[in-house]
Amino acid sequence: MNRLGIKTPARYAINATLIIAFIYWGYVITQGGMLTRAQNNIIIQVGFFIILAVSLNLPAGYLGQLPLGHAGFMAVGAYIGALFWRSGILSGYGSVVGGLIAAGIVSAIFGIIIGVPALRLRGDYLAIITLGFGEMIRVLIMNLPSITGGAQGLQQIPRHSNFLVVYICVIVCCLVIHMIMKSRHGRAILAIRDNEIATESMGINTTYYKVMAFAVSAFFAGVAGALYAGTLGILVPSDFNFMMSINILMIVVLGGLGSMMGSIIGAIVLTSLPLFMQGLNQYRLIIYALLLILVMIFKPSGLMGTYDFSMGHVLEKVGGWTMRSKKEGGASDDSE
Amino acid sequence: MTPNDPRTALLPERDIHKTPVMECRALGIDFGGLTAVDDFNITVAPTEIAGLIGPNGAGKTTIFNLLTKVYKPTRGAMFLNGKNTKKMNTIKANQAGIARTFQNIRLFKEMTVLENVLVGLHNEMNYNLLSSVLRFPEYWRSERIAKGRALELLSIFNMQDDASMKAGALPYGSQRRLEIVRALATNPCILLLDEPAAGMNHSETDELMENIRKIRDMFQIAILLIEHDMNLVMGICEGIAVINYGKLIAKGTPKDIQNNPVVIEAYLGKELGNADSH
Repeated sequence: MNRLGIKTPARYAINATLIIAFIYWGYVITQGGMLTRAQNNIIIQVGFFIILAVSLNLPAGYLGQLPLGHAGFMAVGAYIGALFWRSGILSGYGSVVGGLIAAGIVSAIFGIIIGVPALRLRGDYLAIITLGFGEMIRVLIMNLPSITGGAQGLQQIPRHSNFLVVYICVIVCCLVIHMIMKSRHGRAILAIRDNEIATESMGINTTYYKVMAFAVSAFFAGVAGALYAGTLGILVPSDFNFMMSINILMIVVLGGLGSMMGSIIGAIVLTSLPLFMQGLNQYRLIIYALLLILVMIFKPSGLMGTYDFSMGHVLEKVGGWTMRSKKEGGASDDSE
Repeated sequence: MTPNDPRTALLPERDIHKTPVMECRALGIDFGGLTAVDDFNITVAPTEIAGLIGPNGAGKTTIFNLLTKVYKPTRGAMFLNGKNTKKMNTIKANQAGIARTFQNIRLFKEMTVLENVLVGLHNEMNYNLLSSVLRFPEYWRSERIAKGRALELLSIFNMQDDASMKAGALPYGSQRRLEIVRALATNPCILLLDEPAAGMNHSETDELMENIRKIRDMFQIAILLIEHDMNLVMGICEGIAVINYGKLIAKGTPKDIQNNPVVIEAYLGKELGNADSH
């Protein structure tokens, strides 16, 4: 496989360096006052939409199911995170981390509760049942004003989501899902997408893996929800309506079902689009729709298809070119 | 000769004295009012190559689906290594030692050849989710061993060089071979092959026959195959069962089957007169 023999530790070191460099660069730019407030907000928004898209890509792209209740999990996480932070159980970074983890875990539990009955169904049925679940959560939040503030919304949430917090979560989310996908568990998930009956006849417990994919997805949706709460400082149940689920699904489909890189690019493109079309704001939805239609016509598998970016492969390719050109150069030298 | 007596169900195999690896007693299934399979009795010995033949629509694949628990039998029982499989589902049946290939190939087309075999080796690896996320040493060890094993299995069919190809991009014959390798990876004690030679030419079929024998000798497992290619069936099977309209009509060695008038009738129809017999 690894033809040029870039050793695994070396690849990990390269990737780690790049990640740290990216975080540092982003931190400097966002904290240095070089950007306007609107631009900063967009960068933070891109961050949690990446988490939402990458986590939805797990059941939608890799597992091949169609859940439409992602906003529901996000809502659970948002309210749990917000309530945790407002309660002030912990302080400082412990509070930030604690809130995010609590949001993720409660969402994951909801994911399992919904996943066990829902994943017996397929295709449209699963879509409808998850859709119903998402709306159920929203209505529940609206009707529990003593805890959640009801339709009035939950206010005075500590604004914990800065660039560093959001993008560390982005990287953790991408890494965890990537690591799962490149293991026996990930292969089982992909196998279910390709052929469920054959997967069962390989002795793989398909129900377990479906629920697992659903739970991991819900976990990160919850984390993204908490980050959302920490960005806005105020939560209204109507933020988590059906359109939010559709928006996230749109990002994933546009980027390419089953491609993490696609989800990331899709999130960046669709979230930062408003920034570039401030004059055209009333046409925003039309442009979204057009973009989606064009992509579906010319590249139905999404922008990236199922291609996944790998720094190691890129380096190997570049290495391959340089080596080949060196060889060719050497050969021409000999002929002269 | 009562049909439920397992003794009468024995195929004349080489190692008749051992306990059978698989045994069906009066297995049957109805779909609505239609009886697809009825009173199916068969016994397969631990290292036997057995054949299941019959005209189109006789219920051969239905029997495979019964054996692998894709369908639940309406009547009768099936035993794997002497254990009743009544409460098993497809997953448990595979873990108990039954692996299969499919008539219409069911590979994981978007995955590479190697990954297909690694899915088969899923239960051989035992690291948990946390180990895979944090890349604990047991992940690397497990993956390395599994990769080696997968390439070793692929080398049976000389496919180790195609390991990084997409399974869907393989030529038809290789896809069939890959399905066999993938099934073998689950470490079965009986392997069910559903028309392994379909779509293969003469020389490929000969090679397949060699390989089926080789697999039996290497892994010491039983093989039950459905096949329409009589050369292959008569060439390698030690025992053959013939079914027609979901019912067992004959059982015996290839020689018995070839001369059995009931079988000839099932395949060629009833002789009307003696016009063509001389």
